[in-house]
Amino acid sequence: MNAVNNLVAALRDPASVAALDGDGWSGLISVARAEVLLGTLAHRVADQALPPAVAALLNAARIAADQAQVHALWEAEMCARALAPLGVRFVLLKGTAYAAAGLPCAAGRQIGDLDILVPRDRLDEVEAALLGAGWEWVKDDPYDQAYYRQHMHELPPLIHGTRDRMIDVHHTILPLTARVAPDAAAMLADSSPLKGGGLYVLSPADMTIHCAAHLIADGDLAGGLRNLWDFHCLLSTFGDDAFWPALKQRAAHHQLWPATHRAARIAHHLFGTPIPLGWQGWHLSDRLFIRRLTARDGWGRETRPLTRLAFTIRAHMLRMPPLMLAKHLWAKWRTR
Amino acid sequence: MSHMHHMRVGPVRFRVASHWAGPIAELRRLYADYPALSGEAATATARIEAARPWRRWVRPAVHIGGDYTIPDALPLPLSQGLLAAEMAMNLQVALGWRQHLLLHASSVERGGRAIIMVGASGSGKSTLAAQLGEGLGEGDWRLLGDEFAMLGLDDGQLSPFPRLISLKNEAIAAMERLVPAARLGPAITGTPKGTIRHLVPRADAIARMDERATPALLLFPTFGGEPGLRPVAPSEAFMRLTDSSTNYVALGEAGFAALTKLVRDVPAVAIGYASGEQGMAAVEALWADLRP
Repeated sequence: MNAVNNLVAALRDPASVAALDGDGWSGLISVARAEVLLGTLAHRVADQALPPAVAALLNAARIAADQAQVHALWEAEMCARALAPLGVRFVLLKGTAYAAAGLPCAAGRQIGDLDILVPRDRLDEVEAALLGAGWEWVKDDPYDQAYYRQHMHELPPLIHGTRDRMIDVHHTILPLTARVAPDAAAMLADSSPLKGGGLYVLSPADMTIHCAAHLIADGDLAGGLRNLWDFHCLLSTFGDDAFWPALKQRAAHHQLWPATHRAARIAHHLFGTPIPLGWQGWHLSDRLFIRRLTARDGWGRETRPLTRLAFTIRAHMLRMPPLMLAKHLWAKWRTR
Repeated sequence: MSHMHHMRVGPVRFRVASHWAGPIAELRRLYADYPALSGEAATATARIEAARPWRRWVRPAVHIGGDYTIPDALPLPLSQGLLAAEMAMNLQVALGWRQHLLLHASSVERGGRAIIMVGASGSGKSTLAAQLGEGLGEGDWRLLGDEFAMLGLDDGQLSPFPRLISLKNEAIAAMERLVPAARLGPAITGTPKGTIRHLVPRADAIARMDERATPALLLFPTFGGEPGLRPVAPSEAFMRLTDSSTNYVALGEAGFAALTKLVRDVPAVAIGYASGEQGMAAVEALWADLRP
């Protein structure tokens, strides 16, 4: 088996690593690092018998990932303090939300930026409060600033001057130029507070749908294996008889049922995620998504350049209409 | 990939791969005495590849990569392929290693106790450690490492990491007179740091790479500085060491505990010196004054 299949197998069935020899482990470690899944892998195989050097490496990776979550949650706390005077509800998204909510997919998960969702009509106040609390613009370029504000689902990225951590302030979950327009107001309204603090996370259905949207309906699927693993864990955690119809209905409301359904089929295929019988089956194009998600060799390098190119083009087409894309690329090219 | 070599250096198990035969052949020669992995997993993968597909043949340019990479790093010409491989290996440790607190430092050992030398590039820490490790001083020193000092998170012990020593500019000629050519890599000219030539550590440094040492002295050398000694307070030593660590922040509390223990337990001194002899004499004098 190749390294990326070994990674999928190790996440799906941790006992499968017993079959790996030295080269197999070398490839697995490189691919797990490339997909930013080393900490997740380390948690998954913690109870397995491992070669000593691998056990030491993964033990350190587990500790480092746990520490990184402490940093991420502290950043959420800093944001909460900065926004407290506004009395605005802000909702944690993605990795920080999973960690704050103590969900299984948080175990070992690397968390990069802090992602939050705020009401669009409070965006200016939130921006001012963050700038007042030490966050700074990453992109000063006037075109980038204007572009984000007119067309994107988030403010231009901000970085904290002393803590060196980025924050993405979203007002919805997909670019405004995308064909699909999720109902961000409903997501905010149905979000729920976590115990012991003023932090909010999305409802289980919305959290799952956002994960699918992030994976399937936005971007070029680079690093998508990690998103798919999140999605697998969310379905495995929330999935019960009441959840499935609610998820489908809610996804349809956000115009994201096709993306959610596709993510569910692919997760079921790769990770054995339990999903309703009626959702199973196979679309021909799912195979392309799997080819894209597993495009790595045993050195951790990206492979299948044509497949990747196709998904890059698809990502641009999802994000904006062709004429607008042409204008955008022209503006970008002129200012190179 | 078509060409590769693997070897263990201290606790790190490397595999290094390249499109090109040349840099890997040089690695193979210089790392010949290091243990091979013999069927074990590599815990760090370094790759030196063409910066663009056609740059494999046309004006060959080497991109420094592996499990971890710096996307915007400028590629090196193929004539500096060995340097690229060494930089790629360093990068994997600097960004990926979490089993020890990493200090950008050189270190030497004698009688189970170690000196950790910390300073910016050009401070002379590498040359001083290399000279001591070659037996040019009075004492019988063993080189622990030239690039990273690896401090144990639980026990504060120093794990040797005896990579190749990268000699720069004036340090090269002095060493060329002392060691056989077999222990030297090719002279690599025109790098951002001038001319670089790699030196294989002495046989004892490689053979004893699993023998750890207890830190006994923190040294902040400045070559060309005003000759003399200045004691460094634990607080200052702590700040300077956080600056020279590549994984202090990522390790969180474990890194803080290891570093505070180090600066409390071990005296720290800054020295200025104008020549290798003066530097080594200062080290010997400090060592003689240390409580055993």
